[in-house]
Amino acid sequence: PYPLPFPQMRFMLLFSRQGKLRLQKWYLATSDKERKKMVRELMQVVLARKPKMCSFLEWRDLKVVYKRYASLYFCCAIEGQDNELITLELIHRYVELLDKYFGSVCELDIIFNFEKAYFILDEFLMGGDVQDTSKKSVLKAIEQADLLQEEGPRVSHPRQISFVPCF
Amino acid sequence: KSKEAEIKRINKELANIRSKFKGDKALDGYSKKKYVCKLLFIFLLGHDIDFGHMEAVNLLSSNRYTEKQIGYLFISVLVNSNSELIRLINNAIKNDLASRNPTFMGLALHCIANVGSREMAEAFAGEIPKILVAGDTMDSAKQSAALCLLRLYRTSPHLVPTGDWASRVVHLLNDQHLGVVTAATSLITTLAQKNPEEFKTSVSLAVSRLSRIVTSASTDLQDYTYYFVPAPWLSVKLLRLLQCYPPPGEEIRPAVRGRLTECLETILNKAQEPPKSKKVQHSNAKNAVLFEAISLIIHHDSEPNLLVRACNQLGQFLQHRETNLRYLALESMCALASSEFSHEAVKTHIETVIAALKTERDVSVRQRAVDLLYAMCDRSNAQQIVAEMLSYLETADYSIREEIVLKVAILAEKYAVDYTWYVDTILNLIRIAGDYVSEEVWYRVIQIVINRDDVQGYAAKTVFESLQAPACHENLVKVGGYILGEFGNLIAGDPRSSPLVQFNLLHSKFHLCSVPTRALLLSTYIKFVNLFPEVKPTIQDVLRSDSQLRNADAELQQRAVEYLRLSTVASTDILATVLEEMPPFPERESSILAKLKKKKGPGTVMGLEEGKRERGPDINGGPEPAPASATSTPSPSADLLGLGAVPPAPAGPPPSSGGLLVDVFSDSPSAVAPLAPGSEDNFARQGPCLPPTPDPGPVSIPCSEQNLGPPVQCKVTLPWFVCKNNGVLFENQLLQIGLKSEFRQNLGRMFIFYGNKTSTQFLNFTPTLICSDDLQTHLSLQTKPVDPTVDGGAQVQQVVNIECVSDFTEAPVLNIQFRYGGTFQNVSVKLPITLNKFFQPTEMASQDFFQRWKQLSSPQQEVQNIFKAKHPMDTEITKAKIIGFGSALLEEVDPNPANFVGAGIIHTRTTQIGCLLRLEPNLQAQMYRLTLRTSKETVSQRLCALLSEQF
Repeated sequence: PYPLPFPQMRFMLLFSRQGKLRLQKWYLATSDKERKKMVRELMQVVLARKPKMCSFLEWRDLKVVYKRYASLYFCCAIEGQDNELITLELIHRYVELLDKYFGSVCELDIIFNFEKAYFILDEFLMGGDVQDTSKKSVLKAIEQADLLQEEGPRVSHPRQISFVPCF
Repeated sequence: KSKEAEIKRINKELANIRSKFKGDKALDGYSKKKYVCKLLFIFLLGHDIDFGHMEAVNLLSSNRYTEKQIGYLFISVLVNSNSELIRLINNAIKNDLASRNPTFMGLALHCIANVGSREMAEAFAGEIPKILVAGDTMDSAKQSAALCLLRLYRTSPHLVPTGDWASRVVHLLNDQHLGVVTAATSLITTLAQKNPEEFKTSVSLAVSRLSRIVTSASTDLQDYTYYFVPAPWLSVKLLRLLQCYPPPGEEIRPAVRGRLTECLETILNKAQEPPKSKKVQHSNAKNAVLFEAISLIIHHDSEPNLLVRACNQLGQFLQHRETNLRYLALESMCALASSEFSHEAVKTHIETVIAALKTERDVSVRQRAVDLLYAMCDRSNAQQIVAEMLSYLETADYSIREEIVLKVAILAEKYAVDYTWYVDTILNLIRIAGDYVSEEVWYRVIQIVINRDDVQGYAAKTVFESLQAPACHENLVKVGGYILGEFGNLIAGDPRSSPLVQFNLLHSKFHLCSVPTRALLLSTYIKFVNLFPEVKPTIQDVLRSDSQLRNADAELQQRAVEYLRLSTVASTDILATVLEEMPPFPERESSILAKLKKKKGPGTVMGLEEGKRERGPDINGGPEPAPASATSTPSPSADLLGLGAVPPAPAGPPPSSGGLLVDVFSDSPSAVAPLAPGSEDNFARQGPCLPPTPDPGPVSIPCSEQNLGPPVQCKVTLPWFVCKNNGVLFENQLLQIGLKSEFRQNLGRMFIFYGNKTSTQFLNFTPTLICSDDLQTHLSLQTKPVDPTVDGGAQVQQVVNIECVSDFTEAPVLNIQFRYGGTFQNVSVKLPITLNKFFQPTEMASQDFFQRWKQLSSPQQEVQNIFKAKHPMDTEITKAKIIGFGSALLEEVDPNPANFVGAGIIHTRTTQIGCLLRLEPNLQAQMYRLTLRTSKETVSQRLCALLSEQF
């Protein structure tokens, strides 16, 4: 008898200060066209914000929680009922995970090893919900996967894609 | 590097990959992986990828982890849930789930959760619960399975029926592994929202888990402690789970309740302790738990002590140096303001909030301050708050101006002690932010002025004064034009505002205005002709001028022509009748409120009138808005002042006297209308020129005169036929009566089959349809007599043509007399022609539904019945009945999926009546609550009575 709309994270985006999208994760089926439109619109809004402003903003019918780390913006869209502060720390925990895995992570790591960034995110969040908040558990899962990788033939990292526009 | 260079390089690479994929040589897994990975990269750079999906799917069946992993990644990023490849993908997933290889299983579960399509739900909804509760599943797989199931449940709840696994899932709250508990809590929360009963044991488990967390030392939970805060994510989730339930009963579970109160107190206490770390992560995590605890306190709304403490805590945050905390405190206080226990406590912070409005540098924070002021407003502080909002409006950000205008308009009306203040406020609104004053706002001020004698003179005087400004907003011209047209006479005694001065003032604005406003002013002028005969020549001159009579705009031209003619040919009496002052509007909910709700999304705006939140079992009412004036065509101007919702006026006196009037109007029936801004409907209310009542039509089935003996056998089968059109109406040893009927709009045809079950003839077989006098005026039945002889074993057919003239309650009676052997037989049955047969289903979106629902909120329009279920409460049967009843069954409209809502239009010869219905089952109590809202009281009552019988 108490139907709160069950809050859910809708998507997570990583983009650079120059407005380059580095990672996108959608937790609700959204058409390609709509995704592009939303990304464009939201980047514009967030990039226009000034440093001291608050980390939350209402956008469309969603609440956007964002934080900037160096040159990268991490941005989560949640539903109005959801807890803003815990989402902010969710972003931070993800950054910590990346940092630990890459060893002081920078934007380039995420560009060149985008698949790792996705794998780590997947281990941490599933369907927009926290799967495990323990840094150790998440990293252990990733390391195990990396071990499996070693057994395969010599790795082909997308590092080989040499045409990456450096910035 | 330049953009072009990048695109060129990428196109080259794409061509290369394409040729590799198309090439004769089969690629080995490694190269396939390499190229799929490249495609993915290119896609992530923002380019479109339209091939490679097949190769990615192939990778799924590879035995190499890396290849599989890239394949899954490609699919989760690039495959939309409706892709045709889904079946192939599902196969691969099925294999991996069955592989018992934990890493492969993990990949497969992630993929299901990432794509989360309906097809996946169909394929795996049965499998995943098993993985989740199996004893030998590893913790990490349990976590994945829980969240995966959650994702599928969100996509297609009906495909994930809770089964016997439910209770075992609840017990995961006791699991030793905090990661498992965290994932399980998310799942349980969502499931419990839909099936609270099945998961109610989770309450005490969640409370004890929470209690253990909040009392633990910061090091106890090891890696689950985040910056000295023990398990903040889990705490937030548990607090949220508890928000699916009412507070634990004091009598039934005093221990649980006591323990929960302790937890909440501990959390509030910790907020006062000095921080254990200076890091922002520490305070964020701690406050995340605190805010969620406050949400729970507000949700329970039962502990005054906790509510006031929460309010004080938030009060401290209002002045915190962290912008984030100020924002959240403002937001959270909005909810507190609507609790009767804390409303007063919230009000004490009014000065801080007003200061925030003035000094905050971030518009999102100022927006919250506006919201909070709106929420804390009551009679005692309305004047101050409205004044502050108005002054803020002068400098407010464009993005929130319209909303502030709506809020000010609502507050000014709601808390107006005297309406002169209200009129002043609205005129100020128009002056300060005219561009943001929507139609609803100025329509509303006119409704109110028209309905209140005491403010009319003041309003006329004030708009007259405001119009003196050399540049005034067009909205002011509209309001001014309308009000002076109605009440200009009240100030005409003053030579400074004599009729001619009023006219000249308005006409000086005329040329600067848009077409609709000019049209409105023309109506004002013709009204002046009636109010002030002395300015008639001046006005006629204006109407006669080429710029009016030959205006390029058809509407303006037509008004000018007709008004000119009207002013010339009509006698003073007729003018006085036609141009009479507008009658009061029916009291109705402010359309502004509906607009604000629409703007903010349902649920986010608490209707002020609700005062304290009503969190009854029917909160599913949640959003509201508005009425089905499904009858009138929604031309943008038709509902101008909300007249569309006025029940179709009973026809006024027929145009008896003066062929003149008839002439004027009959030639151009639609043209005369615009006496109120632009609306035909408005005119209809004035009465005199409605079409005459439709003639009664061909004489209908008569015979209530026939006084028949008491019916021999009269089974009450009426309810059975309400939702069905065919079936056996009556049967005894001699006779069987079958029915087949079809209905369309207000017409219907019924085939009645009389079967002689015996081997002997029926003689003098006379079926008669009987309508009472009253029913005859509402329902017209026509039929032909049947052959008086019915042979043994034979069947005869009778056709009845039916027309619904207007809505009706009774049912006609079918009486049959015949001779069987030597005996006289007499049978009477009610003929199942019920009002709902003239339903036409109407599909509408949720928003429309609630808008209409809200508009139909007057007590006469709503009829509600709460009753015990007479049949098993089966969802599918209920749906079928509602559809059979004739209305459309609207899916995904009601926020509570257990409820049913429907919409349709009842067609009668004279009118069409929009109907909305909502049925709320309560399984525990085996009860239903049925609510009908239509634009006509008798229709609501009848439909409610008919439908209530069905369940």
